[in-house]
Amino acid sequence: MEIILFYLTATVAIISAVFVTQCRNPINSALNLITTFLCLAVFYVMLESPFMAAIQIMVYAGAIMVLIVFVIMLLNLGLAVKERYTHGIAGAGVLSALILFIANYFIRAGEATGTGGSVTSEVISSYGHTELIGRAMFVDFLLPFEIASILLLVAIVGAVILSKREV
Amino acid sequence: MITVNHYLLLSAILFAIGTFGVLTRKNAIVIFMCIEVMLNSVNLTFIALSRHVGNMDGQIFVFFVMTVAAAEAAVGLALMIAFFRNKDSIDTDDFNMLKW
Repeated sequence: MEIILFYLTATVAIISAVFVTQCRNPINSALNLITTFLCLAVFYVMLESPFMAAIQIMVYAGAIMVLIVFVIMLLNLGLAVKERYTHGIAGAGVLSALILFIANYFIRAGEATGTGGSVTSEVISSYGHTELIGRAMFVDFLLPFEIASILLLVAIVGAVILSKREV
Repeated sequence: MITVNHYLLLSAILFAIGTFGVLTRKNAIVIFMCIEVMLNSVNLTFIALSRHVGNMDGQIFVFFVMTVAAAEAAVGLALMIAFFRNKDSIDTDDFNMLKW
């Protein structure tokens, strides 16, 4: 049952990712990207990480995609012209196929080591995923968390300055 | 039974699709969205391996990837608006002002 769900969702994710790269209208690309994000949220639920699924939908499919769709509609972009540079497309296809084959080779070459950590399914179901995330983030990763907040502040200031008409 | 290899292979496929899109498209916003596909495939790898290994660290990494993606979206889209105001286009072929 679960494997059927996996393959169905994976098919939808891959097809919509292909449409992101191939649609001529940027709005269609954006809508297909949202479909990919939702499929990935399904995978996060299947991986017993419901909090990450909620964050995926709220931050990616909510905030970031709203920003992208807003900019596409603000700029009122037309349809993309048909690509003329076939050698560039062939080179990109060769490169991405190479990435795929190398990754496939490394995935099949061995097993992940260091398994058997403390966070098992029983621990997740007894404590709850959100509590485990919060404990890891605010105890072990407190300094990176603060640095990330400074990064967001810098990004806000940069976005305001870049989009001002005269600085 | 779904193993971690299924997830790793799926994220490799998504990463390759994203790479293809970044290298072939000319619209800067579509390139940006293809980069988002690549970032998400890496997130899937992080979470799958985090569950497989039994450690929360990978999921915290996903948080920071999302933070960087949000910052990138804010700054990148502001750059595109500033560029569109000057050139009336966001085609990457027009991004040649720094060429010498």
